[in-house]
Amino acid sequence: MNEKLRPVHRVAAPIRSLQRFAYLGLVVAAFGLMMLGKADVVVVERFRAQVTDTVAPLLDAVSRPVATVNDVIAEARELVNLRAENAQLRKERDRLLQWEAAGRRLEAENQALQRLLHFIPHEARGFISARVIADTGGAFAHSLVLNAGADDEVRRGQAVVSGDGLVGRVVSVGARSSRILLLTDLNSRIPVVTEQSRVRAVLAGNNTGRPVLDHLPPNDTVTVGERVVTSGHGGVFPPGLPVGVIVSIGDNGTVVQPLVATDRLEYVRVVDFGLDQGVLQPQGATAKD
Amino acid sequence: MKPSFWYRLDLWARRLTPVGLTLLLLIINIIPFQVPGFARVVPLFALIAVHHWATYEPELMPVYAVFAVGVLQDMLSGVPLGINTLVFLAVYGTVVWQRRFFVGKSFMITWLGFAVVGAAAMLMSWILMSAFHMALVDPEALLYQYLLTLGFFPLLAWGFLRWQQAFLKAD
Repeated sequence: MNEKLRPVHRVAAPIRSLQRFAYLGLVVAAFGLMMLGKADVVVVERFRAQVTDTVAPLLDAVSRPVATVNDVIAEARELVNLRAENAQLRKERDRLLQWEAAGRRLEAENQALQRLLHFIPHEARGFISARVIADTGGAFAHSLVLNAGADDEVRRGQAVVSGDGLVGRVVSVGARSSRILLLTDLNSRIPVVTEQSRVRAVLAGNNTGRPVLDHLPPNDTVTVGERVVTSGHGGVFPPGLPVGVIVSIGDNGTVVQPLVATDRLEYVRVVDFGLDQGVLQPQGATAKD
Repeated sequence: MKPSFWYRLDLWARRLTPVGLTLLLLIINIIPFQVPGFARVVPLFALIAVHHWATYEPELMPVYAVFAVGVLQDMLSGVPLGINTLVFLAVYGTVVWQRRFFVGKSFMITWLGFAVVGAAAMLMSWILMSAFHMALVDPEALLYQYLLTLGFFPLLAWGFLRWQQAFLKAD
């Protein structure tokens, strides 16, 4: 006990006198940082990108064993469910074969019509596959860090997709890492359009798992169960990327369930659609419909 | 007699471990564990660390280290810069100022103390976050984050205490 108490007295005096001064100074400095973050987003984001970049190799190394353990667990679970999954996959394959036939027919028809209209399609120029090395933010910010950065041709504003659909977009880029703002983040605004009724809206993140549709035109009606895809307005994303499904319309607004389960992501693709950054502003709250 | 160079180096390295462990926890905090929903409510390990070292070894967790830990937490987690920095500084200040309450008490009292300080810290971060965005941020995930942080406290605090006994007792 004595050993523990001795340093208490030894340290109490300097803390009261000298450290109090430093303490107040640092509190003021922290406030200053907050103000700086509000006033000059670009500087703070560059700083953030640099810090993240420095830690990225460490994150990369540490996240690998975790991913491996997760893979092993998932594999064991798959082994257990092998039979059931097999039967389900057979059923799904039959269904998909029908879809394939329908898809081929539509593709041919689409090409014929596009030729007829001299339509210029948006085509992706390239993909950059990257690993998710950090899932950050806790309750307040929804973002991921990828192990690819400016060295790998990742640019700010690019769309990030997984096999299921849109994940988010690149907000800051370091040399070997980049930060993705998920579409559920409070700052995320994505111009979208409903798939059947073609109603334009802005998908606004709210820090919960389910973003809402903002700026819905008052007279248009959307229905529960309808899919939402990117509209391509604002020049940030190409049109037609699947985003989510409308799950409820009510007092909370029109709530969308994203197609991508972001907490299960291991690899994503950063898509270079060759679109200019357009009207993209640093904070991202730009998409005016 | 002056202590030998290696002895001083050893001592110096040991005294860096509280800050080092805290930084390590920061990194662990943001690793993708791929457990559904976990990333949103992941316990704030650094808060536990700051609270613990402020209680037991404030000289090894000086105020500027707390500042650095806060800035790094803000940087890495993608929240507006300064929010966790202010919260960590506030927690540190409160604990150091009220150390007589925290030191040498039974574990349940220490835990209770952390529950109160942690609740105030979470409330503070919610207020700062809402003020920064000029909108009321949804507090639900924060509540779960608080409960998880509270739940992890005994485990981390036990680890830290063992660490102190093993490596820092010689001071």
